[in-house]
Amino acid sequence: MDQSTRTVAEKLGIQLIEPKGWTCCGATAGHQTDRLLAAALPAATLVKVQDMGLELVVNCAACYNRMKAANHEIAGDPQVRAGVADALGRDYDGSVEVRHLLEVLLNDVGTDAIEKALHQSLRGLKVACYYGCLLVRPSEVTGFDDPENPSSLDRLVTVLGGTALEWPHKTECCGGGLSMSRTDVVVNLTDAIVGMAKLAGAECIAVSCPMCQINLDMRQLDIAKSKGNRYDLPVLYLTQLLGLCLGVAPQRLGLNKLMISPAKVLQAVAAA
Amino acid sequence: MAITISRDKSARGLLKEVQEISGVDLSQCYQCKKCTSGCPVSSLARCSPSEMMRRLHLGLGEELLASDILWMCVSCETCSTRCPMGIDVAAVMDALRKLAVRRGAAKGEGNVPLFNRAFLKTVQVFGRTYDLAMIAGYKLGSGKLLADTEKFPTMLRKRKIALLPPHGADRQAVRRIFKKTREDGAAQ
Repeated sequence: MDQSTRTVAEKLGIQLIEPKGWTCCGATAGHQTDRLLAAALPAATLVKVQDMGLELVVNCAACYNRMKAANHEIAGDPQVRAGVADALGRDYDGSVEVRHLLEVLLNDVGTDAIEKALHQSLRGLKVACYYGCLLVRPSEVTGFDDPENPSSLDRLVTVLGGTALEWPHKTECCGGGLSMSRTDVVVNLTDAIVGMAKLAGAECIAVSCPMCQINLDMRQLDIAKSKGNRYDLPVLYLTQLLGLCLGVAPQRLGLNKLMISPAKVLQAVAAA
Repeated sequence: MAITISRDKSARGLLKEVQEISGVDLSQCYQCKKCTSGCPVSSLARCSPSEMMRRLHLGLGEELLASDILWMCVSCETCSTRCPMGIDVAAVMDALRKLAVRRGAAKGEGNVPLFNRAFLKTVQVFGRTYDLAMIAGYKLGSGKLLADTEKFPTMLRKRKIALLPPHGADRQAVRRIFKKTREDGAAQ
């Protein structure tokens, strides 16, 4: 995901600058533990970005959600702002623009420019676009796409020559945050999602979050073991699909890291 | 949905505390159950988000601190998104978790509180997550030493898990944050 994001950004002329000293957003563990901690951890990185005079681009839906939620809390609640200022040792107003990579690709680079840069096509590959929960929810915080039936990733996949499927589990949660601590719950949730994608005729699942990716990819092994359902559905991060169509070699896109072989996707692209 | 109410006079309501911690006005809820309909885990848990709201309304709640839904909830925020009254149900859930850990109802030893502590501990020390230390801390604490071990060789070979701790994070800033905000001692 990291490798493919950097490679694709370079190909499309996006200059990514890593904020020096960036720190963890605290994720689900943070907001389940303490409200102030959950706002201050993202703020530590956000002030660094503010000092650089830049916007923050995030390619993980969970980090994106925490960054946006921290901004929302800090800008909307003076008490939280004061608490965060005390924790950081400086004031932060919650104003740094936070965007998901998918927004940047569609709105800044634009579908026309992406189309012009393509070397390959997905050749009608049937793709279930999975957004997960935290990119689109809660919508007054993230303001990203339609919270019930988002379509931005479908648009990107269509530009790449894939067939974006209509299916009902686009925003069902995969339980990524509980993958280790409640594997029992997560196997049920991922089984429902991957099973529905298969039923809809998908040959591949496209995701916009690395947590969803590792969870939907890896837990297919457990679903097969405990429920006997074998799906063998490759789960690719959006820049891995995009990278392939930009003509980037699979090994530069981290595709060897997947647990479920992406061979079907590679065959579709190679046949083009 | 039948709700069994304890006659135990010592059972205390949590309404006020939950409202204070979450900043949510619970009286807004009129039990339409949209949250429960969309909840991905309520069919697996013994309690649902709407039942949780109702129990709090009725002046109950202590029993919720030991309820399995607290730690089965995946924080997906479907409930908050779909609530027609705009109630942040997920924030109510977070408030109950904090109270559970604080009061020792979950004894802070359930799998999820333990995972949260192991996760935050690596963030506190390294400024970023260090999967190997987090997994080790969680496994030693939970005794689930063998869970997922069959995937380890592949994950290490595919470099999905880094052997060395992360470097380059502003550790000083993160330590200060933990020192200033640590309330429940959850990351100690």
